[in-house]
Amino acid sequence: MSTRGSGTPIVAGQQSAPVSFISGTDGSIRRRLFLSRVFSWTCRFVTYAALAVLIVLLAAIIWSSVGRLAFDFVYNPNSSNPIKAGMLAGLWGSFWLILFTALFSVPVGVGSAIYLEEIAKDSFFVRVIKTNISNLAGVPSIVYGILGYTVFRSLAAVLKVWFDGQHAFNILGLFRLRLLKLPIYEDNILVGALTLTLVVLPTVISAAQEALRSVPSSIRVASLALGATRWQTIWRQVIPAALPGISTGVILSTSRAIGEAAPLIMLGALTITTMVPGNIDSPVKLITRPLQVLHAPLDQFTAMPIEIYDWSKRPDPQDRFTAVAASGIIVLMLVLLSVNAVAMVVRHYASRRLKW
Amino acid sequence: MTQAKLPAWAIRRISRRYEKLIQAALFLCAALSVLTTAAIILVLLTNAVYAPGAKTAFFERVSFWEFVTGTHWKPVDGQYGRFGIIPLLCGTMMVAGIASLVSVPAGLGAAIYMSEYAGPREREFLKPILEILAGIPSVVFGFFALKFITPWILKPMFSLVGIDLQIFNTLSAGIVVGIMVTPLIASLSEDVIRSVPRSLREAAFALGSTRFDVSVRIVVPAALSGILAAFLLAFSRAIGETMAVTIAGGQQAIATLNPLQGAQTMTGFMVHASTGDSAADSISRMSIYAVGIALFAITLAINVISGWILRRYREVYQ
Repeated sequence: MSTRGSGTPIVAGQQSAPVSFISGTDGSIRRRLFLSRVFSWTCRFVTYAALAVLIVLLAAIIWSSVGRLAFDFVYNPNSSNPIKAGMLAGLWGSFWLILFTALFSVPVGVGSAIYLEEIAKDSFFVRVIKTNISNLAGVPSIVYGILGYTVFRSLAAVLKVWFDGQHAFNILGLFRLRLLKLPIYEDNILVGALTLTLVVLPTVISAAQEALRSVPSSIRVASLALGATRWQTIWRQVIPAALPGISTGVILSTSRAIGEAAPLIMLGALTITTMVPGNIDSPVKLITRPLQVLHAPLDQFTAMPIEIYDWSKRPDPQDRFTAVAASGIIVLMLVLLSVNAVAMVVRHYASRRLKW
Repeated sequence: MTQAKLPAWAIRRISRRYEKLIQAALFLCAALSVLTTAAIILVLLTNAVYAPGAKTAFFERVSFWEFVTGTHWKPVDGQYGRFGIIPLLCGTMMVAGIASLVSVPAGLGAAIYMSEYAGPREREFLKPILEILAGIPSVVFGFFALKFITPWILKPMFSLVGIDLQIFNTLSAGIVVGIMVTPLIASLSEDVIRSVPRSLREAAFALGSTRFDVSVRIVVPAALSGILAAFLLAFSRAIGETMAVTIAGGQQAIATLNPLQGAQTMTGFMVHASTGDSAADSISRMSIYAVGIALFAITLAINVISGWILRRYREVYQ
C-alpha cells in the first residue's frame, strides 16, 4: 500500500502519464491506482474464498451428518438400515491397508531417495529414473488400479490356487490347514496395499529427497574426510540428520492413501460388507487372536472412502444415507487429521535433538 | 568390536562388498519406478492392443477408428455394444474445462496475493488452509458436489432463471474439481512467482508502477512459463480426477456439451465398469483397458508438455 496517495503531487488528469513507458498504460495516475486497488481486492477475495469454501464444506458435512453421527457409528458394521449403518469394516480395512502400504512404501521410497540423492552420479539412466518418477506422480491413481487388478490380483489368484486347490505338492495348503483353516481371497489387503504403494511412491520419494537435500553437505564431507565409507556416512550422519524431514514428509504422503478409493474400486474391493479383515473387530483381538492377525492380510476388505462413495451414491428416495455418508466423511477426516497431528508431533520431537 | 581383530585387508574387502550390496539394493528401489511405468504400459497394451495367447485384446474386436470417432458408448457384450469414446471424452473435457475456469483465476489470484501482497504472517495463515484443501479426499468433494452444491446452490440459482438442473450434472463436478486443483496451481505458481528476482519489482516500483502494474506486467510475464506449466498440470490432474466426478457427474455416457446434464467421464466409466459383474475377458471389461490407454496417454502427454514448457521457456536470472 506504499504507492497509495504518492501519485497525487503529479498533476492528475493529464493526457499522457510520465511513467507510461514502462507499463504501457495511458490512463491517469488516479485511475491506475484505482485499478491497482481493485486488483488487490480481487486477489484478496479469491484467496480468502478458499477459506470460505473450506468452512462451507465442513459446515455442510457436519450439518448433513445430523441424524446419524453418534459413537456407535464407529463400532457398528455396515447395514441397509441407515440408523444402524456404521463404519467398522471400513475403519479396519483402511487400518490394514495403510499399515501395509507404509511397510512397503517407506523402505522403497526412502531407499530410492537415498540412491538418487546420495549415491547416483549424473548418468543417463539416473536422469531417466528422475524424469520417470516425476511423470509417475502425474499418472491418475485409477490407472494404478488397472495395473493392480491385472498384475497383483492375478498373482493373488495364483496364490489362492496354491492354497485352496488340489495341487500335487500343496505345501502351502498343508500350512494353511495346519494354521489358518481360513479362505484366501484374490482381492485381499496385500493386493490393495501394493497398489496403493505404487500410487503414493512418487510422492514419498520426492518428500524424502527434499528432506535429504536439506542436510548440509558439510556433514557429509566431514564424515567422509574422517574415513567413513559412503554408506556409513549415509546411515550414521545423513539419515539421522534428515530424519525429522523424512518422517514428516513420508507420513504425510503415505497418509494420502487413506483417502484413495478409485484404485481400490478398480481392484474389485468390496463396497457393501459387514466383514472385517481377519475377523478382528477390536484392538484387543490384535493380541489375543494371532492366527487371525496372520489371516487378515489375505482377507477381503473394504475401506472408508469406498463406503463413503457407496453411501453417497445409494439411490434412496428419502435421502436417508446422506447422513450416513456425512458421518463417514467426518470419521475419515478425523483420521486424516490425527495422522497429520502425529506428523507434526514427530517433526517437533525429532528436530529438538538436532543442533547446527 | 570384532572387526578390530581382523587384518586390515579383510575389513576393507568385507566393507567394500557390503557397500556394493547396499548400493545395489538402493538402486533396485529406484529402478522399481521404471519397472512400474513399464508394467503400466505393458498391461495396457497387452489388453487393449495386442494380447498374446488365448485372450483377444480390445482393439482386435473393435476397430481403432470406431473407438476414436464413434459417438456412442454402450459398453455391453453382444451385438448391441457400441464403443466410441467421444461421449466419455466430452464428459472429461467438460469437467476439466469447468475446473480450469474455476481454478485458473482462483489459483493465480491466490498465488499473486500470497507472494505480492500478503505479509509473512498472513502467508503463514493462508498456506496451511490451501494445504488442508489439497489434502481433502476426492470422495468428500464428490459428496459436497452432489449433496450440497447441486441442491443448495446451483439448483436455486438456475430455478430463478427457469432452468431445470439435473441432480447429476457436470457443472457441479467441474466446480469441485476446480476447487480441488486450485491449491496445486496456487502453490506451483507461487513458487515460480517468488523466484522472480526482487530487483525487477524494485526497478518497476522506482519507475512509478503501481502494484497492479508490477504484478501483471512484470512478475507474471517473468514467471509465465512456470504458471503455464502449473495450469497444464492442474488440467491433467482434473482429467484424471475420479471419485468426485463419478459421484457428482452421473453415469450416462452421452455426447453432450451441456454442463447442466450429467455426463460420464473416462474415469467415471472405469469405476462404473469395474463395479459391474461382467466376466473378466468380456469386451465390456476389456474396454476399461482401452479407456485406460486413452486416459494414460492424454495425461502423460499434458504432463510432458508441461515439463517441456517449464524447461524450455524458463527465464534464468543471475
